[in-house]
Amino acid sequence: MAGKTLYDKLWDDHVVRTEADGTALLYIDRHLVHEVTSPQAFEGLRLAGRKVWRPATVLATPDHNVPTTDRSQGISDPVSRLQVETLDANCRAFGITEFDMRDQRQGIVHVIGPEEGATLPGMTVVCGDSHTSTHGAFGALAFGIGTSEVEHVLATQCLIQKKSKNMLVSVDGRAGEGVTAKDIVLAIIGRIGTAGGTGHAIEFGGEAIRALSMEGRMSLCNMAIEAGARAGMVAVDDKTIDYVKGRPYAPSGELWEQAVASWRELHSDADAQFDRVVHIDAADIVPQVTWGTSPEMVTGIDGRVPDPAQEDDPVRREGMKQALAYMGLTPGTPITDIRPDKVFIGSCTNSRIEDLRAAAAVVEGRKVADNIRQALVVPGSGLVKRQAEEEGLDRIFIEAGFEWREPGCSMCLAMNADRLEPGERCASTSNRNFEGRQGQGGRTHLVSPAMAALAAVEGHFADIREV
Amino acid sequence: MQKLNHIEGIVVPLDRANVDTDAIIPKQFLKSIRRTGFGPNLFDEWRYLDHGEPGQDCSQRPLNPDFVLNQPRYQGGTILLARENFGCGSSREHAPWALLDYGFRVIIAPSFADIFYNNCFKNGILPVVLDEAVVDRLFDEVTANEGYRLAVDLEAQTITTPSGEVISFEVDDFRKHCLLNGLDDIGLTLQHVEDIRSYEQRRREQAPWLFTDLG
Repeated sequence: MAGKTLYDKLWDDHVVRTEADGTALLYIDRHLVHEVTSPQAFEGLRLAGRKVWRPATVLATPDHNVPTTDRSQGISDPVSRLQVETLDANCRAFGITEFDMRDQRQGIVHVIGPEEGATLPGMTVVCGDSHTSTHGAFGALAFGIGTSEVEHVLATQCLIQKKSKNMLVSVDGRAGEGVTAKDIVLAIIGRIGTAGGTGHAIEFGGEAIRALSMEGRMSLCNMAIEAGARAGMVAVDDKTIDYVKGRPYAPSGELWEQAVASWRELHSDADAQFDRVVHIDAADIVPQVTWGTSPEMVTGIDGRVPDPAQEDDPVRREGMKQALAYMGLTPGTPITDIRPDKVFIGSCTNSRIEDLRAAAAVVEGRKVADNIRQALVVPGSGLVKRQAEEEGLDRIFIEAGFEWREPGCSMCLAMNADRLEPGERCASTSNRNFEGRQGQGGRTHLVSPAMAALAAVEGHFADIREV
Repeated sequence: MQKLNHIEGIVVPLDRANVDTDAIIPKQFLKSIRRTGFGPNLFDEWRYLDHGEPGQDCSQRPLNPDFVLNQPRYQGGTILLARENFGCGSSREHAPWALLDYGFRVIIAPSFADIFYNNCFKNGILPVVLDEAVVDRLFDEVTANEGYRLAVDLEAQTITTPSGEVISFEVDDFRKHCLLNGLDDIGLTLQHVEDIRSYEQRRREQAPWLFTDLG
């Protein structure tokens, strides 16, 4: 019998029962909740007179709607305020732990789970948010769910699931200087496409992945969903265990030893079979910049805006034309000639301390260029913010002309007041460059934190490898 | 959940690949704490010429005459014909809620994003995957024939075209059963309470660190 993949092991450990057609009831260890996709789920419980099965497995925080400016006056938008207050009330009513807007531990749900040790290797982790794949960095099975499924997990601690196929994306060899986890994942998406992982759980492996820090692995797994895979994951190694150790919700003492022994098994067996394997040579990856309205529309910083006329497939050609018209770009333009109006450093992809350090190292002693109307740094959590301030990163950003904000999702999806105006172009460390994502008519270029910082001080995209 | 078996209706062709859930229902409408009322804001940024905000009277807003939903021949559509990777992006269930609230009950495409596909079944919408060549042909037929209608039969897993051609499609047995009967998943799962409890007992012995409480 062939060995098991990491995904097979995680799946098998959580099957409560399987029906004849292969549909399984899968047990959920950790449920993360935020204000946008949960109110209708709690309402559903109330209408049916149901309780939360294991409230002690649920961790909630508001992140999508919260203001990133002064919070002492609360939220001015009454619709956003109601949604955040509804989360507070639901958590109180159902006995759920919540880091509310005034708690220093509040932050983006995918930043605080790992930060608190609420995300552990070997867990199933779900959240009503597609970027839940982030937590797969810990050798966990983590995926986004809709609101009906949020309600289902609250009521039953389980989900009805069909097993996905196994896919291995191996990034072989070492990545060059200046090439980050963000560049690696954008290059993967550029290669396999935004539907390349549909129906699959992706395990990221290879030397370049092993070389990534835990925060890098989170950035990588975060964007598995942009490659179409609900779940992305990385095998457990010493880095995983070192990262988890001592975190508030991590096990300790004898339980810690027992857990670590179990976590050491969380890797694919040498003879495991994958349904699909993709190899990418890390040495081929250069810093990436998206030029279109889908994360697969990406090229290297040394590249040019592509020409739809060279695309043979008619649907793709039409998509490229629409994207270039929306983005206001001309085929053949060097990427380094593109000049952003705004810069956003933040989001569940890139708002952790290493991201902020990388960006600060680029801007230190420099000024944001004159053509940049606004440059924002939005830390992923209150604790990331505090850590950055202890290291003096806030001063570096502020002296360079950046705004230093309170934690939240902010301009990644522009549900709060942080957004692009129509036609504005943004160098963004977030995960989606869809039309209107950062504000109606806004134009997003996805990049790494260092590349966003460099674009801010240069006034145009530039090659971080030349700094 | 609304039951679904036979749907016969006007087909609306949305000729774009990778339509994401941000396009289906933009973020400002996600602030609602309700499940209904999203229909007037379906495809808001493509459908209207102004910027939409929650609580507006959409009947007074300027329509984009070029957008397919605004063309007279497609009014009252219940079947959406789409391109590859429909529903990619965010997990927001507001996307199927908006499609349903507008009146769509069936979406046909060569492929769907996983989370969106799953969310449809939870809300009485049938997503149908057909070969790209078949979808291409349906696009040609819809655009060539005003008033083009399809008849979808979930029980038989068939789509019948106006010329009488019958196209078969695949659907998972369990999802089909739930959709045909309008079943609530949670009620079904709670029939297995004993299995869940015995799993927890077993798991607690194997992995006790998973049973310490947050708080």
